[in-house]
Amino acid sequence: MKQLLWFFGIATTVKLLLIPSYHSTDLEVHRHWLAITHSLPLSQWYYDETSEWTLDYPPFFAYFERFLSVFANLIDPRIVHLHHGLNYKANSAIYFQRISVIVSDLFLLYGVYISTRNLPSLKRNLVWVLLIWSPGLLIVDHLHFQYNGFLFGWLLLSISFLAQGKDLMGGFIFAVLLCFKHLFAVAAPVYFVYLLRHYCRGGLVRGFARLSAIGAVVVAVFAAAYGPFVYHGQIQQVIRHMFPFGRGLCHAYWAPNFWVFYIMLDKGIAFLLRKVGFNIPTPVASFTGGLVGDASPFAVLPRITPMTTFIMVLLALSPCLFKTWRDPRPRLIARSVAYAYTCGFLFGWHVHEKASLHISIPLALVAVESLEDAKHYFLLSIVSCYSLFPLLYEAQEYPIKVLLLLLHTILMWFCFSALFPKNIAAKGSLQDDKKSTQYESKGSSRTAAEKQRFELGWVAKSYLLGVVVVEIWGQFLHPYLLGDKLPFLPLMLISMYCAIGIVYSWIWQLKWIIIFS
Amino acid sequence: MSAYFAPAFFSYLLGKCLKNKNPVLEVAKLGLIVVGTFAVVWWPYLHSKEAALAVLSRLAPFERGIYEDYVANFWCTSSVLVKWKKLYTTQSLRTFSLAATLLTCLPSMVQQVLAPSSKGFLYALLNSSFSFYLFSFQVHEKSVLLPLLPLTLLALEERQSLLWLTHFAMFSMFPLLHRDKLVLAYIALYALFILVYFAPGGPSGRCNGSKTRDHRQTTKRGMGFLSSIAFHPLVMGFLGLCSLILHVIYLTMRPPNKYPFLFEAVIMLICFSQFVLFTLYFNSKQWMLSKHLTSKDKQKKII
Repeated sequence: MKQLLWFFGIATTVKLLLIPSYHSTDLEVHRHWLAITHSLPLSQWYYDETSEWTLDYPPFFAYFERFLSVFANLIDPRIVHLHHGLNYKANSAIYFQRISVIVSDLFLLYGVYISTRNLPSLKRNLVWVLLIWSPGLLIVDHLHFQYNGFLFGWLLLSISFLAQGKDLMGGFIFAVLLCFKHLFAVAAPVYFVYLLRHYCRGGLVRGFARLSAIGAVVVAVFAAAYGPFVYHGQIQQVIRHMFPFGRGLCHAYWAPNFWVFYIMLDKGIAFLLRKVGFNIPTPVASFTGGLVGDASPFAVLPRITPMTTFIMVLLALSPCLFKTWRDPRPRLIARSVAYAYTCGFLFGWHVHEKASLHISIPLALVAVESLEDAKHYFLLSIVSCYSLFPLLYEAQEYPIKVLLLLLHTILMWFCFSALFPKNIAAKGSLQDDKKSTQYESKGSSRTAAEKQRFELGWVAKSYLLGVVVVEIWGQFLHPYLLGDKLPFLPLMLISMYCAIGIVYSWIWQLKWIIIFS
Repeated sequence: MSAYFAPAFFSYLLGKCLKNKNPVLEVAKLGLIVVGTFAVVWWPYLHSKEAALAVLSRLAPFERGIYEDYVANFWCTSSVLVKWKKLYTTQSLRTFSLAATLLTCLPSMVQQVLAPSSKGFLYALLNSSFSFYLFSFQVHEKSVLLPLLPLTLLALEERQSLLWLTHFAMFSMFPLLHRDKLVLAYIALYALFILVYFAPGGPSGRCNGSKTRDHRQTTKRGMGFLSSIAFHPLVMGFLGLCSLILHVIYLTMRPPNKYPFLFEAVIMLICFSQFVLFTLYFNSKQWMLSKHLTSKDKQKKII
């Protein structure tokens, strides 16, 4: 525990140093929510229109903001004033909010502690490095400003309860998490199937009793969250706020998912067809804007609706659901949850690139289990962190984000390299160990030991080199060679290149779930 | 600024030359190189005396006075009692500070000339930069980093001193950093330093090897009284608590109107006292080194 606190302490000093740096409009959003929940009665939380940043998270998060606003009021009442606090940029507000994120990360710490209690010490330290010093979480939470650390604490807690067999607790915590941020609901099918098959079994009567137990728990949680709003008759408004489907297929910056390829394919085909002579009208609607009546933003390929994306996510998820139905095993729950989030990320509607965190955080728990897992996680973590770079577009944060990614890569490399030969050496005899480390020559023991060492194949290495090339192009060569022309090109390149990596991760995870179960 | 290290380099190189078979030739070679380098660098300004002097006067701005602000060095601290600026002219103060600096440098220089060694060289760097910091003209608070550098190189031998000196060096710069609105960075970096220093499983946790045993023996033999007082847990705890309280007072309370710089002065006094103790301690450590070395040499000769 002391060692865990040491890791947390180092991370906290870095987070403190980042307090004066760039923050996005999310800081103002959360400050406004502090004001709404503090100054207005509950019945007006989802109706207030004082600012454009309306409350669009589920009620538990609103209660959380209400809790924080008590302290904000003590420190500086103007933070929580509904009108005077608008765009309030004083130090008190910024410091309070940044420190509230740092303190709420204690919950992530707790989740990590519970999840890694049973691991041997070297693996446990490595998981701590991957989770507590995660660069993606640092960039999104402490620079861009969000409360993801807190939420991931709940997710890790839920996963660890399920892995230990405490299904009711796990389900309960997940239900609570859903009422904090509904984006986590992408993994709900996995939870549903797993709990149905693993918890609600043992004959008709017992199974039905357990089903009712879990049903009651979930209903109770949702009632605690949404009850007051049902009472006021506001449930429609709440749901409308939580699911703003007026948005487009992609965010303003395209998240590296499958739809990037679909859009590029559409543009490419339209371009070719135009060259050949067909008359393809350029579409009026845009991908990032809302659904403009009947107009489709696609020139050639069929239009994508929210329902299409929903169906595709379920389709992609189905192998995992099928496997979980056939053989629900506690040890595989982290992988299934991560796979669910991967499918949601790749095929979902209006996906934000921050959602790649949902993939890498649960997978960090299993990254230490085998060499293949480690290699996969190494690539995934770099891709997911790199895809977050466009979030920090100001020049002063450039060294910070590059250094964070580099440090993380180096740490991961050394930690994984330290972990894996040791494992194999412990398995084999002492003689084999000496042979493989000292004599770099004959013996099948040498090839066996080398195969088990942590190193990347040439495909992976060239992909990572490509990341460097894309970055150099976007930052240095593009402004130099092309100036102001094609300003969207660097972002598009990053998006497409990372999408390749994420698709690879999806296929790898799918293969693992199908084959290794 | 690097003149802070010049005496150490000079004495070490001189010592090495003298140990050689042909001392005069070595000294001549060294002197030629140094003078040659200076000539090449200063070439554009050597065409007339005025040009060279103009550069010098910019490098060493003597009109600014012997001290500025509240640096934890001798002139500033003793100015609480003896008003140097009022009693003497800048000219005479210049001579005083030069004399004082050279005098305090002298023991470590002599030691290096007599018995040059790489470890001793690091100590000499430490001592010469410290004496410059304490007695030189127009010293800036930032210059405390110069003694801190060789001490960091000696981190494995002087673990506790590193922690202690870093604390007081940071503390002496605190008013400056507060003015620059860097308090957050100060706190975060200080916390980071402490965390890295006390890393679980790191050397400060474990290392009970032979090195530290030797170290403790030499300290006991030579230093006894001084080190037992300076590093005694109660004294350290008391001073640590005082500095913490002073940090808080400095940030929250306003000084009385009669003495607007009271808090800076108190900080400066505490830091100066520790720096003086450090100088004495490190000078004696350097001399202990040569005793240790000569005893080793004697053993070698016997064998």
